[in-house]
Amino acid sequence: MILVGRPEDIPLGEAVRVDASADSGVPIAVFNVDGELLAIDDTCTHQDASLADGWLEGCAVECPLHAACFDLRTGMPSGPPAKTPVRTHEVVVADGYVYVRVEAPVVDPVPVQAAAQAEAGFTAAGLTEAARIETAA
Amino acid sequence: MRTVAVIGGSLAGLSAARALREQDFDGRVVVVGAEDRLPYDRPPLSKEFLAGEIGVDDLALTTDDDAGLDLEWRLGDPAAALDPRGRSVVLASGREIAADGVVLATGARARPFPGERLGGVHTLRTLEDAVELRGDLQAGSRLVVIGAGFIGAEVASTAQKLGVEVTVIESDPLPLGRVLGAELGAACAALHDDNGVRVITGAAVTGISGDTRVREVRLAGDRAVPADVVVAGIGALPNIEWLAGSGVDHDHRGVWTDAEGATNLPQVVAAGDCTFSHCPYAGFERRQEHWTNALQQPAAAVATLLGRSPAGTARRSAPYFWSDQYGARLQFAGHRLPDDEIEILDGDPGSRRFVAGYRRAGELVAVFAMNQPKLFGKWRRQLMPRHATAAS
Ligand SMILES: Cc1cc2nc3c(=O)[nH]c(=O)nc-3n(C[C@H](O)[C@H](O)[C@H](O)COP(=O)(O)OP(=O)(O)OC[C@H]3O[C@@H](n4cnc5c(N)ncnc54)[C@H](O)[C@@H]3O)c2cc1C
Ligand code: FES
Repeated sequence: MILVGRPEDIPLGEAVRVDASADSGVPIAVFNVDGELLAIDDTCTHQDASLADGWLEGCAVECPLHAACFDLRTGMPSGPPAKTPVRTHEVVVADGYVYVRVEAPVVDPVPVQAAAQAEAGFTAAGLTEAARIETAA
Repeated sequence: MRTVAVIGGSLAGLSAARALREQDFDGRVVVVGAEDRLPYDRPPLSKEFLAGEIGVDDLALTTDDDAGLDLEWRLGDPAAALDPRGRSVVLASGREIAADGVVLATGARARPFPGERLGGVHTLRTLEDAVELRGDLQAGSRLVVIGAGFIGAEVASTAQKLGVEVTVIESDPLPLGRVLGAELGAACAALHDDNGVRVITGAAVTGISGDTRVREVRLAGDRAVPADVVVAGIGALPNIEWLAGSGVDHDHRGVWTDAEGATNLPQVVAAGDCTFSHCPYAGFERRQEHWTNALQQPAAAVATLLGRSPAGTARRSAPYFWSDQYGARLQFAGHRLPDDEIEILDGDPGSRRFVAGYRRAGELVAVFAMNQPKLFGKWRRQLMPRHATAAS
């Protein structure tokens, strides 16, 4: 479990970011939605932005960079540009402190050699065989 | 309406195809793309992709959900002519696509540097451009970036990180001064200085010389800057030439549309970087070559095409763009005119962490932030309702 702080450190409608540690692996954001504390991975699944810096609207946070919205309870994005959900985490309040229970840390993907990949050609990412793609070549 | 042809297979084209399905169009959707690839994201081409931090797959814009949209892709075969009266699009291969609705989303291309093309001289618009440029950015080599706009500054920043010795040349007295105003242009220019990148301002480039490869960039006043690699970041031109004779109103600034993407022909709408559109926020026609516009404008254009009430889809919000340079995040929303007054709303430019507002007759019309995404989000929301409705 990761210590976040005192409940009063997270005011209504605000969020705090807990930097990555050996326990969490990645930064975590904890939001206060009408008194309920909800935790997700802090980094947007689209590109590099901190969701704790985002705009809280009801039970969703809007990413500060390109406005993808994530449901704080399910982690699901409501539409583009985010393609994948953020992880959600259980929040535990005990003895006057807020903790987050984080599952196994996510390992950073190994950086890829852009040129080598480009040579290998563009995969029809996200599109299954059902899609009708014709190229002139 | 039975068939809609979307011309241009990038951010605006994909967004239009998705919007067609979201707005319950169940006919045929054919997406025609000049590039041989499915839609990919361009902003990382000057940032993480150029730096080698992410790969080609990370650029994909399509998702699993798009497979369910039943889109027909015609890739690598650009549209060559539009005959709106005959309601058909002819592709470069000679193939013809009959359509009763057409969405123009052909975007823009990099403005080439005039003169013969020497080795080592680049522009940056496509994935292939980025791969070629990356191959030339060897540590220790000397890069000259012509134009200190956003793409030029991002390329300079990425190259500097790769150990390249970078010089940026700008014809204006101040980088980004025309976009952000002198004070904030200077704040951005300082990022180059902070990172040891030399900026030569007020200098006109007269030519690029070398044998087969570039050797130097020549400046007015008999000066020259040695270069192994050159990137010209001197703007983009809308891809509109193929519309000659189509009857669709357009000029060098793009396809003319109203705020909802309507052109002068009822069965043709347009969106994204290829348009010269009425901006309800600014109150006049302009080109908006920014990612968020290409993502959002197609929904309104598609509503117009399908004859749906544009209410709800019309874009009334403040235009927005961002840029990442030297680890700094820059964000801008709204519309600025040269006489607007700049007010620092939070922080100070010297700390490279601040929010600034632009006021016109006291009213907040635009916001700029450096490394302050959270406060930017708050101030940006102060812009929207007032100005947008006033200008519509
Ligand atoms: C290097 C780079 C960095 C950027 N960074 C940022 C940023 O940080 N922030 C930001 O807000 N914006 C940024 N942008 C701008 C953003 O990427 C564009 O606004 C966006 O790509 C526009 O999308 P679009 O679909 O309208 O046009 P485009 O992306 O230009 O796509 C148009 C497509 O249509 C195709 N086409 C052209 N002619 C034809 C034809 N006749 N028939 C069929 N297809 C055709 C083209 O080949 C292309 O694939 C950046 C752009 C570049 C190049
Ligand atoms: S980084 Fe969050 S939406 Fe793009």
